[in-house]
This record gives sequence, structure tokens and C-alpha cells, in this order.
Amino acid sequence: MGRYVLRRLLQLVPVFIGTTFLIYWLVWSLPGDRFAGKCGERPCEPAYIAKMTEKFNLDDPLIVQYGKYMLNLLQGDFGITSKEVSVGELIANAYPNTLRLAVVALLIEAVIGLAAGILTGLRGRGFLDNLVLVSTLFLISLPVFVTGFVLQIVLGFELHWIKTTVSASPAPWGHLIAPGFVLGSLSMAYVTRLTRTSIAENKRADFVRTAVAKGLPQRRVVGVHLLRNSAIPVVTFLGTDLGALMGGAIVTEGIFDIKGIGNLVYDGILGKDGAAVTGVVTLLVIVYLISNLLVDLLYAVLDPRIRYD
Amino acid sequence: MTDPSTAATGAAVTSTAGEFVTGAEHIETKAGKPRSLASDAWYDLRRRPLFIVSAALILLVLLMAAWPSLFTSVDPTYADLGRSRDAPSAEAWFGYDNQGADIFARVIYGARASIIVGVVSTILTVLIGGALGLLAGFYGGWIDGLMSRIADVFFGLPFVLGAIIILSSFRAAGSTSATEIMFLVILSISVLSWPVCMRIMRSAAITAKQQDYVKAARALGASSTRIILRHMLPNALAPVMVYATIALGAFIGIEATLSFLGIGLRAPVVSWGVMIADSRDVIRVAPHTLLFPAAFLTATVLAFVMLGDAVREALDPKMR
Repeated sequence: MGRYVLRRLLQLVPVFIGTTFLIYWLVWSLPGDRFAGKCGERPCEPAYIAKMTEKFNLDDPLIVQYGKYMLNLLQGDFGITSKEVSVGELIANAYPNTLRLAVVALLIEAVIGLAAGILTGLRGRGFLDNLVLVSTLFLISLPVFVTGFVLQIVLGFELHWIKTTVSASPAPWGHLIAPGFVLGSLSMAYVTRLTRTSIAENKRADFVRTAVAKGLPQRRVVGVHLLRNSAIPVVTFLGTDLGALMGGAIVTEGIFDIKGIGNLVYDGILGKDGAAVTGVVTLLVIVYLISNLLVDLLYAVLDPRIRYD
Repeated sequence: MTDPSTAATGAAVTSTAGEFVTGAEHIETKAGKPRSLASDAWYDLRRRPLFIVSAALILLVLLMAAWPSLFTSVDPTYADLGRSRDAPSAEAWFGYDNQGADIFARVIYGARASIIVGVVSTILTVLIGGALGLLAGFYGGWIDGLMSRIADVFFGLPFVLGAIIILSSFRAAGSTSATEIMFLVILSISVLSWPVCMRIMRSAAITAKQQDYVKAARALGASSTRIILRHMLPNALAPVMVYATIALGAFIGIEATLSFLGIGLRAPVVSWGVMIADSRDVIRVAPHTLLFPAAFLTATVLAFVMLGDAVREALDPKMR
């Protein structure tokens, strides 16, 4: 296990450097005026250009620039926006909201997805199974912003059940339920399908037949033998998803006006603020890569049959 | 499949790539005349209601994209502010948008941009990913290692975030004509999704490489090019086809998402994503401006995802 972790960490290094370098290169080193379109609709002020050039060492060769940028980043210095606000400070203010939203989304998709998947997987073919299959197919095809808008109009404007915008920061948990549902709706469909297939497959496995033959009560067969073995792919998916949810929150946060990381990126795009976008995207990529690594390691813990050495 | 980050992982198809490739010993000869996998799959597909429904929907959308004037004679760009946000009526079936343009005509004409983006980026993704995956699977060793690491770098970028970076930096650097933006959208989708296609192709190619017919071909003295093109490619194509069908639907959804975020296609171009983005500010007073383009978008994506499901089941001999 120790050797495997070490090998995975070593493999992560080139990927990490490659990905962040790619972003850095795209933002700061494309041919042409590097400050074009980075300060909104007006050209950047000379003071800002001078400050950024000094801060990001933009006159150095690309590799040196990148190295210094990463060193700053690792110390929590993300640069400044065109309005001279520290990006690190913006992130620190926004992060709790996104984290809360992601947790709510994860909870919703895990609870509903698992319940629907287990139910249909155990029952087998029938009306409920078809209903779940069709509705997951529908959810998969529905773009996230359509789900968001529809819920906002119907539940917010028409029925007044939810708040249409969550502008308070830190966002109260109760207000995040509808946005969390929107964010998690797609993954919920995947979790349902994954659980259903996994349970339907394991239902015919030898160890389940053995458990039934031993005369174990139904509850124990399902709860211990079947569920634990079917949970592995689902847990893996949920783990990877936490990283993806952080980044995927851009659309949801834009619709419900939640002051989170995604909103920061979205405002950065609209205001054409290059420094803010780079800093946040780099951070999100790091979160994504690390969560993927953790899931890989979790896999070994969950399934003792998997040995990494 | 329209959440880009999930679409990019191709969660549904990656794990089963190996199952599609079968050795000669698994093919059962039925009583009638023997059929190839492709004609067998086609025979099977024609009997599936799922396939018929989705294929009919897709044909309709393709027809809309190719000859929009068949469906409507109204100019989609003609706008009259006097009828701004009018509700659906016999005059205009889907009503008028904020600018007073006919939504029905715009939805019909919008199919073209969405379909072009979807089809071209799928072709590009399959070409890049497929070729690299085939080579990596065939040669193995350091070539495989190098290509897999490069794929990992692009795979490490979450989809929307990567597209945001690519689109906003290239757009700031260059000019912003409609074709150019469309090209950039296609490029960023393909650049970010080829690793998935490569992984699927690679695992299928590795499975195919170990089959007896490849060994036989090599023993007969066939060159590497011939083995790759004549023996491995046809046998490793099935999982990639399944991925491509589902991805096409996902890419159409991604185009809409990017337009919605304001970095994809924009105003003079008519596309479903642009229409949805336009409806954003008037959504409360005129929900129909959102409803109709969103319905067309969802139906198209749904059709491609269903087609992918049907093709997967038809091509997988183990499921019969």
C-alpha cells in the first residue's frame, strides 16, 4: 500500500505540472498583447500592468515565470484582480459557500440515488424499474441550467417555496437545498444507474447464493453481503464527483447567485478579469486532482481484494 | 450527459470497453447464413423501439439543420420590438422573444449551429483520440506511457473550467467573427475530450491485439500498418462508436452551456444555447422564451443518448 501511494504521488507530479503549466501558458503567454481583455472593456491601466508584470515576473522566460508563480501559489498568493483586490482574499470569502453547496448536492444525490438504485436493483424488471430508467435518462439529457431555471421559476417565482437567489454569505443551509438538487441532479441519475446495475449483478453472485443457502435472514443478506459489495463503484463515483461538483458549480451558482467559487469565475469571465480566473481555475484543478487521488486510495481500503503491490 | 465534467469522463462506457471485442471463438454460428457483427447489430437494431424513436428524432433534427426553410418561411433574424415577448399564438406558434423575433423560426434555424458544433467536435475527438489510442494500444511500452501521461494532463482539466480558459484567452488574443468563435468552441471541446476516447480505444486495441487473428496475421507476415488498419481497427471500433454517439449529444449540451456562460457562440449566430442565454433576463415575464429552445435541446440530446444506449446493446454480443 505504501509503495502504491508513493507511485501514485509520483505519477501525479507530471500531470499536476502539465495541467497547471497549460493553464498558465494559455492565460499569460499566448502571442499578442497579454493584457488584452484582462481588465474588462477598457484597456488595462499602466499601473496595473506594471504591478502585474512585476508580480508575475512576466519579463522573465516562461519557465521561470511559471516556477515563481507556482511558488507564490503554494504560499497562498494568487495575485490581484484588475480592481486591485487580492484574489486569495476573494477565494477565502467564497470557498465556504461552494463547499456547503457541494456537500448538500452530494448528500442529495447519495440519498436519493442510492435509494432509487437499491430499490430497482432488488425488485428487478417492472413498472418502477422502467420509471426510474426513463427518468434518469431524462435527467441525463437535461442541461443543468435548464433544470436550474425551471426550478427557480416554478418553486421560486410561482410557488414561493424557495428563495430565488441566495445572496447571503455564508449561505444558510436551508436555502441551498434547491441549488444543491440542481447541481446534484445529473450525478444522481448516474448514481441510480450505477447502484442498480451493481446490485442486479451481485444479486446473482456466488457469495449471495451462499448466504441465502446458509439460511441467513433476508435483511442480513441484503444489508451486509449484497450492499457492501455493490457499494464500491458507487462510493468511487461519489468521491470523484466531489471534485467535479466544485468546478461544476459555475452554472448553478450563476443562476441562484450564490457567492461562491463558481460565481467568482463567472464574474471573472464576464468582467474579463484574467488574474481572478486563472487563480481560481488553478486552485480548482488542484482540488480535482487531489480528490481523484484520494478516491483511488479509498478503493483499496473498501475492497480488500484489490492489492496494489 | 450534459454536465460537461461527467461527459468528459464517459463513465458509462469506459469500464466496458473490453467487452465489445470478442475473439473468433466466441462467435456462434447460427442456423442461417453467418452474419458479421455489424450486420448482426443492424438486424438487432431495426427491431428496437428505442432505436426507431431516437433515429426518427435525429433525422428530423438533421433535416432542420440542413433545410430549415422546409419548416418555416419566417426570417429568424427579423425582429420587431412592437411584438416583444408576445405569448404563443396561431401567428407564431412559439411566441416572440425579447427582441420580437419569431421563436419558432429561431428554434428551427438554431438547429444548424448546434448540430455543426456537435458533429464536427465528435469527429475531431474520435479522430485524435482514436488514432492515438490505437497506436498506444498496439505499440505499448514507452509510446503508450508517454501518450497516456499527455492524455492525463488534458484529462486533469475539468471540462467547463478548461473550456473557459481556452475560449477566454484565445478570444482575447484574436478577433471575434462568428465562424472563428464556432471553430474555437469546437476546438476546445475536442481538445478536452480526446483523452476519454483515447482510453476507450486503447483498452479495446489491447484486447484486440491479444486475439488469435492478430497473431495469425503477424505469423503470415503482415506489416504493422496492415495489422492496425485491417485487423485491429475494425475490431476495436465498436466501443468508440458507442462513445461517439453519446458524446455527440453531450457536446450539443456543452455548446449550450458555453453559450449560456457567455463565452460560446453569440448574438448574430442563432443557436439553442444563444437563445437560452438571451432568455435569461426575461425568464420571469416570458417563460416561453426559455421553454421552447430548452425543449428542443433536451429532446435532441435525449435522442442521441438513447441511440447510444441502443447501439451499445446491439453491439455487445454478451448481452444477447
